[in-house]
Amino acid sequence: MLNYTIRRLFLAIPTLLFISLVIFFIVKLSPSDPTANLPLTIPPEVREKIRESLGVNQPLLVQFGLWLKQLMISEPLYWTNQYFGTEFEVGQRIISYQTRSPVMDIVIQRMPQTLWVVGTAYLVGILIALPIGIFSAYRQYSIFDQAGTFVSMIGFSVPPFFSGVLVIVIFSVQLGWLPSIYDTTHIVDSWDSFVIQFKQMIMPVMVLALQTTAQISRFLRASMLDNLNQDYVRTARAKGLSEKIVVLVHVLRNSMIPVITVIALGVPTIFGGAIITEQVFKVNGLGQLLIISIQAGDVPTVQTLTFMFAVLIVLFNLVADVLYGLLDPRIRYD
Amino acid sequence: MTDSSAIPTEVTDDLKRPARAQWRDVWDQFKAHKGALVGMIFFVFILIFVILGPYVWSIDPTYIDIRARNSGPSLEHPFGTDQLGRDSFARMMAGGQVSMAVGITAMLLALLFGTLIGVVAGYFKSLDGPLMRLTDLFLALPLLPLLLVIIMLFRESLSAQLGPEGGIFILMVSAIGITSWMQTARIVRGDVLALKEREFVLAARSIGTPPRRMITRHILPNVLSPIMVSATLGIANAIITESALSFLGLGFPPDFPTWGRLLFDSVDYLQQYPERVIWPGLAISLTVLSVNYIGDGLRDALDPRLRAR
Repeated sequence: MLNYTIRRLFLAIPTLLFISLVIFFIVKLSPSDPTANLPLTIPPEVREKIRESLGVNQPLLVQFGLWLKQLMISEPLYWTNQYFGTEFEVGQRIISYQTRSPVMDIVIQRMPQTLWVVGTAYLVGILIALPIGIFSAYRQYSIFDQAGTFVSMIGFSVPPFFSGVLVIVIFSVQLGWLPSIYDTTHIVDSWDSFVIQFKQMIMPVMVLALQTTAQISRFLRASMLDNLNQDYVRTARAKGLSEKIVVLVHVLRNSMIPVITVIALGVPTIFGGAIITEQVFKVNGLGQLLIISIQAGDVPTVQTLTFMFAVLIVLFNLVADVLYGLLDPRIRYD
Repeated sequence: MTDSSAIPTEVTDDLKRPARAQWRDVWDQFKAHKGALVGMIFFVFILIFVILGPYVWSIDPTYIDIRARNSGPSLEHPFGTDQLGRDSFARMMAGGQVSMAVGITAMLLALLFGTLIGVVAGYFKSLDGPLMRLTDLFLALPLLPLLLVIIMLFRESLSAQLGPEGGIFILMVSAIGITSWMQTARIVRGDVLALKEREFVLAARSIGTPPRRMITRHILPNVLSPIMVSATLGIANAIITESALSFLGLGFPPDFPTWGRLLFDSVDYLQQYPERVIWPGLAISLTVLSVNYIGDGLRDALDPRLRAR
């Protein structure tokens, strides 16, 4: 198992290198100019100087190598210096064209908002999906199952940019119960401020959770249905175990194996899908950072962010495979 | 040899019935799935609405009647008008045409790529490894961010060359097509690998069928059902992606509406005219919902094990 994990980690390196190269060339080959958004009064020779200081006049491969060196060497050294008080020589860190500050600092500023909203939404989605999946499999073709199927179809079909706007129309505009904008500067220090935080989180969390619930409850239902007809279930019933134990312990534990891999695989896509939800509710998280950087032609930020998303995808693919091997003894990778 | 009189009467009755074509069987099974049938009817209705609608409802979607701006639903304007007095009903039709066209074209492109790569990878063993690694690489790409980057960066240069509408259309369709073929390729490859072991393929090969005819005559017709199912899912995916991009302000120009763009424009007037976001959003959601139900029904109808019952 360990061997397999290590081999997969090594295999991930060329994959990630290739992905970052693809992203780099897409961004670089496009005719966007990092100085295009600067005031027109800047004379051309100064503009050329700015371009030179940003390093955009060098050959593409040199630029790519430089970015790679900054990401792989300068950034880790900087953070070890920060946390362990070491005195390594830190080279140039990745600098955003837009703000002229290190990209990683901006990412770390914005990370909590995204993690807080998206993470809660994912957890809530899974917690809702579990009972729905179990019950609709146990009572297959019942009214509850039909309703569950319909709700998950809606979850698959209604995009977040509509469901988000719809709940804003209903709960903010018509009823006025909930705020339509997520205020990230809000500090929770008392019961009242906690209530406000809770209120502003309800809508983005529910919009994101609807999609997670739709997917995971379907998977769990299918997987439960596969297991419910197996011989070991009949054995468990025959030896007189209560129905609750048969379903919730014997069947559920075996059905969760594929579902847990789906949950692991869904983590990075939730980050991607959250771009739209963050935009709808004006959460200034990573997704919104990506959009404003794309609009400003801020190559280093776009490059670093998309690379981070790619790392998440590759990493969670690996996590899913390893978890599968750990949970299901029938699966051997060696 | 058995005596012909020994055949039970039901069997002879069965034999007397007219021969049934395969697609007739599929249709019968498809009809039995209520959700799929309703989805199909709705999808055809939407198609007729966006294609033939403009001939019946002849108000120009770009005609600006500034004095009638922001009016509510009336007989003249069933869905009201927008902030420039353009008729929302006509704009819904025009927007639907573009959304549907993008959805269907992008799906066809993704299907073409996916089937080609899937069949080649499944049939030719030497190409299997490299092509599947390529598929894995594409699956590891963060697609939505990448799509955003591609559209944002290339839209101006392409619009300059091919006109604002054609340029964006081609960019959108190819970007969505290139980023959504992977699932089809994987499914098709798996099916081709299984088909290759079957006797009829062996028989065809033993009489010297060349690979090209082998694929077109024997392999492709047999992988048609997974391709059709992923076609429906592909339309749903392409419509949602196009709307998402338009919603982020990175889609078609404002005077060239799509459902996503209409939704994006209406969000600015959310406080005053909340009903305006409902129509485009409902159109996107219901179309995607109906396509998903069609896919569900097709999957059941094309599965011969289910159909036999």
